[in-house]
Parts: sequence; C-alpha cells; structure tokens
Amino acid sequence: MIQLKNVTKKYGNVVALDDISLSMEKGKIIGVLGANGSGKSTFLKLIAGLVFPTNGKVFVDGHEVTRRIGRNVAYLSELDAYYDGFTVQDMLEFYASQFMDFNMEKARDILDFMQIEPVKKLKHLSKGGRGRAKIAFALAREVPVLLMDEPLSGLDPMVRELIIKGLISFVDLEKQTIVMTTHEVDEVESLLDEVIFLRDGKVVERAFVDELREKSRCSVAGWLKKIYEGEEKQ
Amino acid sequence: MTEEFDATKPIYMQIMEKVNKKIVRNEWKAGDKLPSVREMAVQTGVNPNTIQRTYSELERMGIVETRRGQGTFVTENEEVIKRLREQLKQEIMSDFVRNMKELGFTIDEIVASLKDFSQGEGV
Repeated sequence: MIQLKNVTKKYGNVVALDDISLSMEKGKIIGVLGANGSGKSTFLKLIAGLVFPTNGKVFVDGHEVTRRIGRNVAYLSELDAYYDGFTVQDMLEFYASQFMDFNMEKARDILDFMQIEPVKKLKHLSKGGRGRAKIAFALAREVPVLLMDEPLSGLDPMVRELIIKGLISFVDLEKQTIVMTTHEVDEVESLLDEVIFLRDGKVVERAFVDELREKSRCSVAGWLKKIYEGEEKQ
Repeated sequence: MTEEFDATKPIYMQIMEKVNKKIVRNEWKAGDKLPSVREMAVQTGVNPNTIQRTYSELERMGIVETRRGQGTFVTENEEVIKRLREQLKQEIMSDFVRNMKELGFTIDEIVASLKDFSQGEGV
C-alpha cells in the first residue's frame, strides 16, 4: 500500500531521513515512534506529498507520490489550521467542497460520537475539542491512507480515550491504512498492529506489537525504554 | 473505560482468555452470539485486527464458530466447552500446586489448607 524506496530527505545540509526502504501493508494501524528530531514528521509528510525526497521514491497504492496524492491520502497535522470565524459545520462544508471522498453523514456521526456540536466555532472549542474535531474531519474522508501526526499530543486522558474509541469505531480497515506518529505509545499500544522506530533518520526497529510483546515479555513502551537504556551504556 | 492489559502477554491472547472465562462461567452460553469484531474492539479499546485474530484462534480451537453473514457464535458442542473448562482448571491448579510445593508444602497440607481457606472465606 505504502512503499519507500531508498528515501533520503535533507533540509539544506541536515539529513532528516537517511536511505529508508520499507513497505506498509493495507489494513493496518502503524505507529511511527522516535524522539523529537528522529524524522517522524518528515516520514509522514513524504507520504502525504507535502515534502519530496532528496533521493529515492515514495509510492502509495503503486503510484509515485506527487502533490496530487491528497486525493488518496488524508493528512492530519499536529497544528490547527482553520479560518477564524469558522464553525464546525463551516469546516465540514469546506472539507466536502475540497474532497470528493468526504462523507458528510459519516462526519456528523463521528462528531456526535466525539461529543462535538457542529454549531460551535472552532476557536471556541477547547484544545481537546479541536483535537477531536480534527480527527472527525480526517476520518470522514473515504481514503485508503490516513496519516496522523501526534493525534493525542497534549490532550487529557478522557479525550485521548474518546479519540481512540472513535478511531476504532469509524476506521474501515478493509479499505484503509492508518500511519500515526506518537509519543504516547502507552496510550495507543492496543491500537497498533505494528511499530516503526526511527532514530536519527534511520529505521532502527520494526515489529508487530503482539509478537514483540510475546518475544520481549514487555510492552512496546518497556521495550523502547530498554533500547534507550542499552544505548546509554554503550 | 478501556481495559488494562498485562504488558508481558500478547493482547489477542488476553482477550482470548477473557472470552474463554465468560464461556466457562456460562455467562456466554452454547450457541450465543459474540459481539461483532467492531463492537468488541470498541469495548476493549483494541485494534479490530487484534480482535479478528482472537476470534480466528478461538475458531481454530473449536470454541466459537463463524457463520457467514451472521457473526460469531459460541460452539454448541458441550463437549468442547467441558474440555475447555477442564483445561483452564488444570492450568490454574498446576500453577498453584507448583507454587505451594516451592514453599515446601506437601499435597496433604495443600488440600488441608484449601479446606481451611474455603471455610474461612465462607465459600
């Protein structure tokens, strides 16, 4: 479904991703982990067609990623982006006008599930409210690939749980693949099929969550801690 | 509330254990319909693929059966459920007895203390 072939991305002289080759299967929920500056966001942006490789190629569904990949990929940014006076409903209509695949009925169902009222102005929502609304906008698109940059970052536990349950309720894994970056691996571990662990722009580890738990006899968070501790000793 | 999971075991296995317990306790009876994969995923806060794996494993063991277009059901084969109940009992017993023996208790002492314990508990 998603394929990176010898992908290197440099910003000026700074190497963000260093010769990465991997592919991701359809119908999975994949977590991209790593410290700040490890290349997580760049990894997502390359798949979203928001930045382009310095070397190598990225494919989604067999097509090389271009600026027009937006038709097959929904990208949920870590930042909030909306017009000041927009209500949730305005945003729904904006999305519907921009994306052929936007399912208005599904969007309303998700907002309802997430306890967001469409009449509210986006700027009047709490941080958690905006976090939930953003998820709803992305999930309502019937696209094969959903990319989420830190969807739970900075949100309180109740909101995180609502978002996780919303994702489980509304994602269609027969047709969709989710790739998300996260710091909160503890929170999303039960949601992930696979984890990809990045460090200094390279893939250090990649594993199926249940296999990893079985082999290492610890959670993904515990396993990550071991990796970091191992490094400190070296 | 999303369920808490033991960090040292695969999640699909822990959900299997929960389902097995419900069946053995007769909370889910022979022929009962299990929640759909999606319902179970939302209830437990777990990836639907993981629940699918749980259901496939249970089906492989003959504990549940999937009927096309209808869903997943607890087997109506009472023999399978009886065997499962026996197997779960054996697992718990062997852990318990091993632990007690490691503390130096004999089988007779273990039996006696079990009786005392259940009287004390009013079981």
